[in-house]
Amino acid sequence: MGSGTNIGRVRGLGSAREGGHHFWHQRLTAAFNFVLMLWFVISLARLPSLDHATVVGWLGSPLTAVPMLLLVASVFYHFRIGLQVFIEDYVHDEASKIACLIALNAYSIGLGALAAFSILKIALAGGMA
Amino acid sequence: MNSKVGRPLSPHLTIWKWGPHMLVSILHRVTGIGLATVGAVLLTWWLCAAASGPEAYQRFIDCATGPVMKWVMLVIGVGLTWAFLQHMFTGLRHFVLDTGAGYELKTNKFWATMTLVGSILLTAAIWAWLIWGR
Repeated sequence: MGSGTNIGRVRGLGSAREGGHHFWHQRLTAAFNFVLMLWFVISLARLPSLDHATVVGWLGSPLTAVPMLLLVASVFYHFRIGLQVFIEDYVHDEASKIACLIALNAYSIGLGALAAFSILKIALAGGMA
Repeated sequence: MNSKVGRPLSPHLTIWKWGPHMLVSILHRVTGIGLATVGAVLLTWWLCAAASGPEAYQRFIDCATGPVMKWVMLVIGVGLTWAFLQHMFTGLRHFVLDTGAGYELKTNKFWATMTLVGSILLTAAIWAWLIWGR
């Protein structure tokens, strides 16, 4: 926290006492999400059908699997830090706040791992899953 | 809430007259939470079902298109489409605001309203195409 100089007062403040880099990462991932989500939605709409063979064939291609993995990483990280701001703004009790943040991390990392593993399984099975 | 008497209160939602800029600001958070919960779970469920083989994938499709679930999924689908577009448009608006531009009252009100108009019109167009156009 600093000894009263201006820069000392600026450093380490905010409702969480840390996390200035989140401001930047939030915007960086927002830009990546914009590109990746448009690619994902337009690609889905262009698929001839959404049956298993078509979907697995599409997800199994390297040029689909890699952007999908990047999409999951970017989107899940974006909402993890986004929901963290939400929790820090509205949950004022310290114990509840920590509990909420642990639950948020478990949720976003757990769900993200499940999504990433599913993409990898399809891609590494060579479209034969 | 800090209840110390005599301290000036921060202007709050219940004190200011509501305007489009306040509405889209809070909608950015609400839609973000919706996408992070319902949207992320549905996406992961779909990927997981596809990775678990044809039978599991068919169970996912049957569950989503069953007689009752069909209507539930329609509401969720329309809701997610709108939430995604609204969050995207207000997100783009935030990029502009981050540069320090667009704070003049009329400009700010205009673009805040346009995110709503854009997200609602585009949601209607997409679902009209999905239902009747394909």
